[in-house]
Amino acid sequence: MTRVGVVTFPGSLDDRDALRAVRLAGGEGVRLWHDDPDLYGVEAVILPGGFSYGDYLRCGAIARFAAVMESIVKAAGDGMPVLGICNGFQILCEAHLLPGGLTRNQHLHFRNRDQWLKVESTDTAWTAGFEPGQQILVPIKSGEGRYVADAATLDQLEAKGRVVARYAAGPTSTGDHNPNGSLRDIAGISNERGNVVGIMPHPEHAVEALTGPSVDGLGFFTGVLNHLGAAGVAAEVSA
Amino acid sequence: VTGIGSVRIGKRIELDVDGDVDLEQIREIADKLLANPVIEDFTIRMEETAEVAT
Repeated sequence: MTRVGVVTFPGSLDDRDALRAVRLAGGEGVRLWHDDPDLYGVEAVILPGGFSYGDYLRCGAIARFAAVMESIVKAAGDGMPVLGICNGFQILCEAHLLPGGLTRNQHLHFRNRDQWLKVESTDTAWTAGFEPGQQILVPIKSGEGRYVADAATLDQLEAKGRVVARYAAGPTSTGDHNPNGSLRDIAGISNERGNVVGIMPHPEHAVEALTGPSVDGLGFFTGVLNHLGAAGVAAEVSA
Repeated sequence: VTGIGSVRIGKRIELDVDGDVDLEQIREIADKLLANPVIEDFTIRMEETAEVAT
């Protein structure tokens, strides 16, 4: 069974949900610890949401110096799939695995709602299971989720197909489709190789009908298992 | 209230340095850790402090 690691930093809070999502997708979730550089033979890594180190100094700024991050940065360079969700996305930006940064929501309010996304790139290790342009519904819950980068970086991301998902208006949307003022509605991006993906909304919270607004998020986790060529038996999940 | 042109909220981080100040090192600390130049700007200001009695 494919082993997918999930890092726990002090202040991580969605690590259990990410492990559960991996399990539901048919993989084996492996707990990784911020202070232990050993990756225990995992084939992919998830940096979960939360408030690592209390968001002190800056979201993700301290976490990127964790012992495990050195191993992850190296493994990512060798092509290992890495997914950063919410705080994990912030950490990937702070670690310079992804360009740009995440700043305070433009309206200054914490935003917690179910969010429609349009999947833009299916060429990544995590999103190959989606259709280009597919609309998915996953929760978002963040106060500093506004993606920013200089215009040249944004142009390059778009030109190279590295915008993974954008905030979109969907069948149940009300009000502004962009929850935080992210530039060009960007919700998620990838590195050039497509193995490192950061996304602000939470696919791991949309993997079961009982607790999620959809099961659309499961596609990220089945996607990486398929990418790694060893997806286990998919768990029973009703849409 | 009138006459206020703008308001800025930011962070002020004070470092106490013993002996001579290595400004290059301070700049590196600010650039690599204390600020993220992608989303933040920083300025460095140096102040002499009087000898503190122990």
